Amino acid sequence: MIKLKANAPGVPLADQWDAYKAGCKLVSPNNKRKLDIIVVGTGLAGASAAATLGQLGYNVKSFCYQDTPRRAHSIAAQGGINAAKNYQNDGDNVFRLFYDTIKGGDYRSRESNVYRLASISPEIIDLCVAQGVPFAREYGGLLANRSFGGAQVSRTFYARGQTGQQLLIGAYSAMSRQIAAGTVKLYNRRDVLDIVIVDGKARGIIARNLVTGEIERYSAHAVVLATGGYGNVFYLSTNAMGSNVTPVWSAYKKGAAFANPCFTQIHPTCIPVHGEFQSKLTLMSESLRNDGRIWVPKEKEDAELIRQKKLRPEQIHESKRDYYLERRYPAFGNLVPRDVASRAAKERCDAGYGVDGHGRAVYLDFSDAIERLGRAEISARYGNLFQMYQRIVDDNPYRTPMMIYPAVHYTMGGLWVDYELMTTVPGLYSIGECNFSDHGANRLGASALMQGLADGYFVLPYTISGYLSHEINTPPIPTTLPEFHLAERDVIDRLSRLKKSGGNESVDHLHRKLGKIMWEYCGMSRNEDGLTKALGLIAELKAEFEAGVKIPGGLKEYNPELEKACRVEDFIELGDLMVRDALHRKESCGGHFREEYQTPDHEALRNDDDFAYVAAWEHKGRDAAPEMHREELHFETVKLTQRSYK
Amino acid sequence: MKFTLKIWRQKNATDKGGMVTYKVDAVSPDSSFFEMLDQLNQQLIGKGEDPVAFDHDCREGICGTCSLYINGRPHGPIRGATTCQLHMRSFRDGETIYVEPWRCGAFPVVKDLIVDRSALDTIIQAGGYISINSGGVPDANAIPVPKPNADSAFDAAACIGCGACVAACPNASPMLFVGAKVSHLALLPQGRIEAERRVQQMVAAMDSLGFGFCSNTYACEAECPKEIKIANITRLNREFLAAKLAAEKEKNGGFTI
Repeated sequence: MIKLKANAPGVPLADQWDAYKAGCKLVSPNNKRKLDIIVVGTGLAGASAAATLGQLGYNVKSFCYQDTPRRAHSIAAQGGINAAKNYQNDGDNVFRLFYDTIKGGDYRSRESNVYRLASISPEIIDLCVAQGVPFAREYGGLLANRSFGGAQVSRTFYARGQTGQQLLIGAYSAMSRQIAAGTVKLYNRRDVLDIVIVDGKARGIIARNLVTGEIERYSAHAVVLATGGYGNVFYLSTNAMGSNVTPVWSAYKKGAAFANPCFTQIHPTCIPVHGEFQSKLTLMSESLRNDGRIWVPKEKEDAELIRQKKLRPEQIHESKRDYYLERRYPAFGNLVPRDVASRAAKERCDAGYGVDGHGRAVYLDFSDAIERLGRAEISARYGNLFQMYQRIVDDNPYRTPMMIYPAVHYTMGGLWVDYELMTTVPGLYSIGECNFSDHGANRLGASALMQGLADGYFVLPYTISGYLSHEINTPPIPTTLPEFHLAERDVIDRLSRLKKSGGNESVDHLHRKLGKIMWEYCGMSRNEDGLTKALGLIAELKAEFEAGVKIPGGLKEYNPELEKACRVEDFIELGDLMVRDALHRKESCGGHFREEYQTPDHEALRNDDDFAYVAAWEHKGRDAAPEMHREELHFETVKLTQRSYK
Repeated sequence: MKFTLKIWRQKNATDKGGMVTYKVDAVSPDSSFFEMLDQLNQQLIGKGEDPVAFDHDCREGICGTCSLYINGRPHGPIRGATTCQLHMRSFRDGETIYVEPWRCGAFPVVKDLIVDRSALDTIIQAGGYISINSGGVPDANAIPVPKPNADSAFDAAACIGCGACVAACPNASPMLFVGAKVSHLALLPQGRIEAERRVQQMVAAMDSLGFGFCSNTYACEAECPKEIKIANITRLNREFLAAKLAAEKEKNGGFTI
């Protein structure tokens, strides 16, 4: 039976983290080197954690499925990282960043974790600058900032359109330094397929060497999951192709609660879908909304002519354009949060004003900005994004407005963790996107990088010492224990079962099918009928997968189809849980819009009386329905109000 | 669109490998090169054959996972683009396309089109970082950096470590990769402190891993998907020479000989 206790220190919010650090147990340097820690994933959270834990003196074993840690999907984040530095003197501070994040997340995140995140944010920038991250600078040599959706201050630090890449290189470099020093051992091209629990504590993992196909056992005194999000459940998403849920899903099956699985963020500025064989969606940084104005034609006839390519957007007169975000949300305009911008775009397209061929796109127009600032300045700000757009769409965004449409981007749900970032399984931690705690029902732009690095550099290294201080007398965990043997056998059985399944459907085909179900019924907007239908469709798909997935190649060799099969099997099961979670949450909040619950002017209608809680699901066995537990959210510092960006 | 593909197939590192011909049709001109290969793989799986293994991940042109010589050019015919950002509209309908893995002794083939590029990680581990610990650093604005330096450092730091520079070079030299990292850090005050030690260690690592030397063919710059400039190699050479002279000077009690 799972018990959810957040364990935040019982002092006022602003003092909690200091109080925690002052009271937490430490591990002395001579004991640290006797303790092993496994870190799964090498993105911003995983690499920063591995680097810091290694630097502190622990023995770290780091795992990634890529050929090198530098390729983790954090690299794709473009726009920036928030920090309450108030370098622009525009009224920013820790409380304001905390408040914006809580409000942006539609009051479904945990106050204590979010406050800590905001208060740590300035330190992150200091560290990254000291590491040599080439952030944008002013001519005076000081750091430059820009603004982002959901905020009225400029608190976002950026490195052109490659902030994620540069921050990850910083973390990867710090980790490389530890690899050279021998405190971090890197295991690349490994899939982590199971978590090993010994006497109720996380003690290791079972991994598959993706090159040789060998199944390997690794043990540690604690296991940290930093595996990112599960947006690929939708097949088409902005996630890297290999992003998966498997280690997290194994943890869920081994007793870790899974919180708010249906909270998926839809990002408003992606390049629209073009065709049937498309494998992924490309995101355009949200920072484009700083200077780009979003519009669709005012008249349906004009939209129709554009779709038929009989009219170019430049030919539509200013008076015949509907800048719908500026019209509906005058206070924030094009800088409303992501869920609001996404929903508004979908609403306009559903109403028949969409542009692209299928009517699934709106314009993001830079002509005013180019006139105001000049082409050179726009190019300096967004040049690489414009180039990327042109390459994919074959159209010049300096001349013609970009076409954008919302796409699945980030998952706010994830493993339930307490204030120490520990899951409901002792010794098992979850950091970065794969936990649930900081973003509520919607993540504001430039806050994912902040959370990943806060968790890895500044939170986990402190909180894990409390747990490990009780482990200093535990000798290295032998991988010969029966629990390792059993877990390894389960993994081998699973792989053989998948390989033997004698059907005719490729993994990708079934994955695409799952994606369509999820997007149609559990995507940007959902309703009870659709969700109920989706449960049946997913059950059918699961049966189809079990009876008929076709995997060529062998078990003991490099076999990408086998890798994908494990991932897609887990995505199908996760899809079922996401739908159940969406079904039970009878309210609209953040990126999760239940059509039954909306205000007269079609804004999301939250229900704080009945749903101000985290839904944490417990696995009850293969054929049993999962059980939901609640962590009531207490808002002591902020007052819950209807979000308004008008 | 229709294509004939001549693809390098190699079961594993010890297999000899060879070119195999495939045909793929009904390809959308808007498909990326990898989406076209996905389409081919679906055909192969349908026939019960082993699909072609290739490295890819973000498919947004930034992770650096993708590789491939396409018609003899790293990442294919488009300047400044990764393979995932190459679209089939860049080819002629009916064209025959040659697809091969990176060819370099320091990058052994893993399977088909996948090679092992961990030698590049080894070079970074030799010194491609600033030796500071997490925590306890000064306020970010306490280290002002002139904007032109920050911009140049960024230009160098934009390297995605894909290895195209090595693949393009007739000598399989990673000088552009190493030069980019040395430049990135040497241009910043934070990185200047260890610059001499860093460049010597990284060059030593590069030499020990079986890569070739730079002979100024400029092929790396021409094929780099992030358009990293050859000037970074110049800076690498200058930094290396200065570090060497400084080391000699120290050894000889302050005299350069």
